[in-house]
Amino acid sequence: MIKQDISKYKHVWVFIEHENGEVARVSFELLTKARELAKDLGCEVHAFTVGDKVEQFADEVFKYGAKKFFVIEDPFLKDYITEPYRDAIVHLIEKHKPEVVLIGATTLGRDLAGTIATVLQTGLTADTTALDIDPKTKNLLMTRPTFGGNLMATIFCPDNRPQMSTSRPGVYKAIEEPAKGQVVKEEFEFDKSKYTKQIIEKIIEEGEKVNLGFYDIVVSGGFGMGSKENMKLIQELADVLGGTWAASRKAVQAGWAPQTRQVGQTGQTVHPKIYIACGISGAIQHQAGMKSSEVIIAINKDPDAPIFEIATYGIMGDVIEVLPKMTQMFKEKLGKA
Amino acid sequence: MHFLVFIKQVPDAAQVRVDYETGTLIREGVPAIINPFDKHAIEAAVRLKNQFGGKVSVVCMGPPMAEDALKEAMSMGADKAFLLSDRIFAGSDTLATSYALWAAAKQIIKEEGPVDVFFAGKQAIDGDTAQTGPGIATRFNVPLITYVVDIKNVDPEKKTLELVRLLESGQEVIQTTMPCFLTVEEELNTLSYAPLPYLIRAAKTSVKVLNSKNTEIEAEYCGLKNSPTKVRKAFTPPKRERGEMIEGDSVDGIINQLYEKIEPVLKTMGKVQ
Amino acid sequence: MSKKDFDVIVVGAGPAGMAAAYVLAKAGVDVIVIERGKFPGSKNVMGGIFYRKPMDDLIPEFYKEAPIERHIVEQRMWLMDDVSHFSMGIKTQKHNSEPYNCFSVLRAQFDKWFSKKVVEAGALLINETVVTEPIVENGKVVGVRTDRPQGDLYADCVIAADGVQSFLAKSLGLRKKITPNKVALGVKEIIGLSEEQVNDRFGIKDSKEGVTIEITGPFLKGMEGMAWMYTNKNSVSIGIGVIIDDLINHNMNPNDLLESLKNHPSVLPLIEGGETREYLAHVIPEGGYKSVPRMYADGFMVAGDAAMLVDSVHREGSNLAVESGKLAAKTYLEARESGDFSEKTLSRYQEKLEETYVLQDLRYYKNLPELLEEKRYLLTEYPQFLIDAMTEIYTVDGVPKPEKFRKIKGELKSRFGYIGLAKDLYTIWRKLR
Ligand SMILES: Cc1cc2nc3c(=O)[nH]c(=O)nc-3n(C[C@H](O)[C@H](O)[C@H](O)COP(=O)(O)OP(=O)(O)OC[C@H]3O[C@@H](n4cnc5c(N)ncnc54)[C@H](O)[C@@H]3O)c2cc1C
Ligand SMILES: Cc1cc2nc3c(=O)[nH]c(=O)nc-3n(C[C@H](O)[C@H](O)[C@H](O)COP(=O)(O)OP(=O)(O)OC[C@H]3O[C@@H](n4cnc5c(N)ncnc54)[C@H](O)[C@@H]3O)c2cc1C
Ligand SMILES: Nc1ncnc2c1ncn2[C@@H]1O[C@H](COP(=O)(O)O)[C@@H](O)[C@H]1O
Repeated sequence: MIKQDISKYKHVWVFIEHENGEVARVSFELLTKARELAKDLGCEVHAFTVGDKVEQFADEVFKYGAKKFFVIEDPFLKDYITEPYRDAIVHLIEKHKPEVVLIGATTLGRDLAGTIATVLQTGLTADTTALDIDPKTKNLLMTRPTFGGNLMATIFCPDNRPQMSTSRPGVYKAIEEPAKGQVVKEEFEFDKSKYTKQIIEKIIEEGEKVNLGFYDIVVSGGFGMGSKENMKLIQELADVLGGTWAASRKAVQAGWAPQTRQVGQTGQTVHPKIYIACGISGAIQHQAGMKSSEVIIAINKDPDAPIFEIATYGIMGDVIEVLPKMTQMFKEKLGKA
Repeated sequence: MHFLVFIKQVPDAAQVRVDYETGTLIREGVPAIINPFDKHAIEAAVRLKNQFGGKVSVVCMGPPMAEDALKEAMSMGADKAFLLSDRIFAGSDTLATSYALWAAAKQIIKEEGPVDVFFAGKQAIDGDTAQTGPGIATRFNVPLITYVVDIKNVDPEKKTLELVRLLESGQEVIQTTMPCFLTVEEELNTLSYAPLPYLIRAAKTSVKVLNSKNTEIEAEYCGLKNSPTKVRKAFTPPKRERGEMIEGDSVDGIINQLYEKIEPVLKTMGKVQ
Repeated sequence: MSKKDFDVIVVGAGPAGMAAAYVLAKAGVDVIVIERGKFPGSKNVMGGIFYRKPMDDLIPEFYKEAPIERHIVEQRMWLMDDVSHFSMGIKTQKHNSEPYNCFSVLRAQFDKWFSKKVVEAGALLINETVVTEPIVENGKVVGVRTDRPQGDLYADCVIAADGVQSFLAKSLGLRKKITPNKVALGVKEIIGLSEEQVNDRFGIKDSKEGVTIEITGPFLKGMEGMAWMYTNKNSVSIGIGVIIDDLINHNMNPNDLLESLKNHPSVLPLIEGGETREYLAHVIPEGGYKSVPRMYADGFMVAGDAAMLVDSVHREGSNLAVESGKLAAKTYLEARESGDFSEKTLSRYQEKLEETYVLQDLRYYKNLPELLEEKRYLLTEYPQFLIDAMTEIYTVDGVPKPEKFRKIKGELKSRFGYIGLAKDLYTIWRKLR
């Protein structure tokens, strides 16, 4: 292991993820969390990113409390490509030596974080759901689920800097706390011939760009919904509740919902206040993505369905019968009738 | 062409249960399987081999019993199997693991020739880190393409290929040169039922063991001591108790009861007054 | 001579198939074993008593390395009705030292270990592959077809060790359809307990020693069957096997039967508080000697359960499987000298088995299945009488002993009649001759 002088590293850095000129919400969530960590460490929160025309995000970034915003701008960085992004970010990190680097555990963030940590030869904890500062050592304590959510591990990185973590979207709330910040522009020379990868085509699934993690209420349908048409019952309930809808993998595989709405081990992880599982058996892989919801309501016609083992409230019944009535009732109660 | 697949042997997460008294996982009797994503990586490599010729090598770092995983990979059609097994690897985190696998891969390249496409699973279902693949790719300094769901337009002459990969908001098609490193999703392919000759060959071929003696792996980068991240504690999340079944004579009655129970929560969310 | 991939194809990696493959591989024969399970043992069900002798001949002192649970030092026999049991048995230190008499084993582990030895000996083992039919050319078995792509295999000889349902033996017409009066349905559970609990409850001093209990009697309501309990290291195997016809006639479901066994006042304290780890169900051939088929054809031999080699009286099966597998292999080795794998040469296999205890034991009991089928009351009324008599003798109630014995004698007479009794004894004696 490469030994470092870790005392040279200072400040909590948050990566500002962006796509098509928009900042990913998880970046704001992490800025909010970073403020807490910075308070415990007695340092500042800094944001950083690379790309084409990214300085424009400065205002938003400062709104969430960043004191500095480090950027490298280059038209070459217009679209996310792992290697040039990595090299530019490594340049920033090596130059400014942050103590902590937080990145959203999104598709992009997970692609990027592993390669950066390897170049920097430092530790990276993936997919964390809690971050704390050890009051004694001031080390970052990163807690994450493993084994499909059956075990939690608290991980730390005592001898290497920066301490890196990717954090799941939706775990922290984004709360504004405007600060007066300063943009720091850095230069990076690309040897463009080094990069032999290019994007040929992007297929954006219109309207399906959904981060289930943003919603406080998730209504989820499984194979017990019976058909694609019946998935409407779920969507209607979600609409009335002001939440979003999701699906189990079997429902996704049946073509009733896009993969982007899958909850579970191979889909998204959600922690809403209310999760309503309709016609979902509750396989461990599904549970891995929703077990930490505050209230779980399960509707299933099989009294032995494993979902009832973790449900706060269980209703034994036929979704086709229960859901329309439930939607109607909420419509009345929430004054949307 | 030469394809090298990194496979991990993992406990079948679906069968792991929690002992809430001791706060540990019950692994006894839980079968060890090939990480499900990695199987699709093997399948993809074997299909490319069948289409373009060449061979598929597989490597797994783990205890001696991981040989079973490699044998299974061979019965899926892999040609060469390497077990990276040494005490010095115990307790490795992803940085140390990617170092060891990188060093082992260099040895495999020495023995079997240069690799065109490296494969790993998107993530391992025990740790779910998704870091090992990117780590190895970075060490080889080859293009990394994660979350691959399709492989297209392979040109063995020009040494290029196209990959469809998942994005948060859809998909993108990437063209890259070889050698390159792919981490793959389950959607990439459906596993085929292997022909009998594959199984026979797998049963006849032995797995080559790599360790710190027959590779140029440096112990100072391996194992718990040389891993930057350490586990401070592991604990089981509080058990979710079986809640309440809401029963009643009519569906309406049940739904009303439910509403009363969750009304306070809806209030805190500002959904009702 | 058609194609040839291997010298011998063994179908099924149970004890019969593996014993055959082991002997062949050791002799340098190119042998392949095809098993449909994920690994050997993954589909196997056995109450769990494995006898040492035939295996020890094959792999001397195997018990020192094989995953055995406990060596058996005590074997109990219970006659049980709904509220009582009358116990007999033998516990002997002669069975408490090497080389031991028999062991409790968990087949999933034992078979896996055995298969490792077989592979080390040089056989090829192919798992997760189902043999779908024999390949027959000119009336001769020349290979097997499997469910895999490119799945045909050719060999000099096929040894079918594919268990009680033996699809291979049936499809070659060697075996008649098994009738439901000749097979039992066995169901079993493994109930997890701590080592100490097992030791205390079964009265054994350390975790290496084990106990078996065989249970029959009126609690079976006149059905022909047997229940058992075997101690494993930290669990108890409990099971019950009943002739399928009886289950149907009594409208009984084996799961309910197992449940009521587990809740019997004599049984419950032994397993109470344990957690059910596994549940298994399987068919046991109980037709005895008369159901043993011709065990050979051109290029073909049948071993183990596939040849109906189960001695239900002594719950022996796996040992007969090992013995028959060995002999099939030896027969092949002899045939190989002349290069002649015809029916005639391979018929030596069955002759060899007739010379061993395997078929001699089965022949000894050959009439028993029919006897019991005819006279079901032998299984209920005599045991009930014994239980009642013992209860009477042990009850201290002021009745003088001579009167008690008179009463018992009177019961014997009124229940069976002296003539009936003599007849029954005579029949049993004759049938077992
Ligand atoms: C490596 C791996 C990863 C996986 N990842 C995921 C993942 O990320 N997410 C995921 O969800 N799964 C995942 N799975 C699959 C998982 O194991 C289950 O197969 C899946 O979750 C089952 O989906 P389901 O509950 O919708 O369907 P089923 O298991 O078929 O359950 C349907 C349920 O609906 C009930 N039902 C039927 N009709 C009605 C009705 N009319 N009214 C009420 N109830 C009804 C039934 O009683 C049943 O409980 C993964 C599996 C593997 C091997
Ligand atoms: C409940 C129960 C309790 C028992 N208790 C005892 C006991 O205490 N002691 C004792 O000695 N015996 C006992 N027996 C009997 C004993 O289990 C059998 O006699 C013994 O397992 C027979 O061995 P075998 O190799 O012939 O068959 P099996 O062990 O049945 O092996 C046959 C193998 O062939 C495979 N196979 C089948 N068909 C195919 C195919 N088409 N293609 C590929 N593979 C195939 C199967 O997967 C299996 O692995 C018990 C049996 C039962 C059911
Ligand atoms: N011990 C290992 N041996 C071989 N490949 C591994 C090992 N650990 C991880 N991998 C590969 O890296 C991928 C991601 O694993 P992880 O980073 O642990 O989520 C897996 O799907 C494997 O392809």
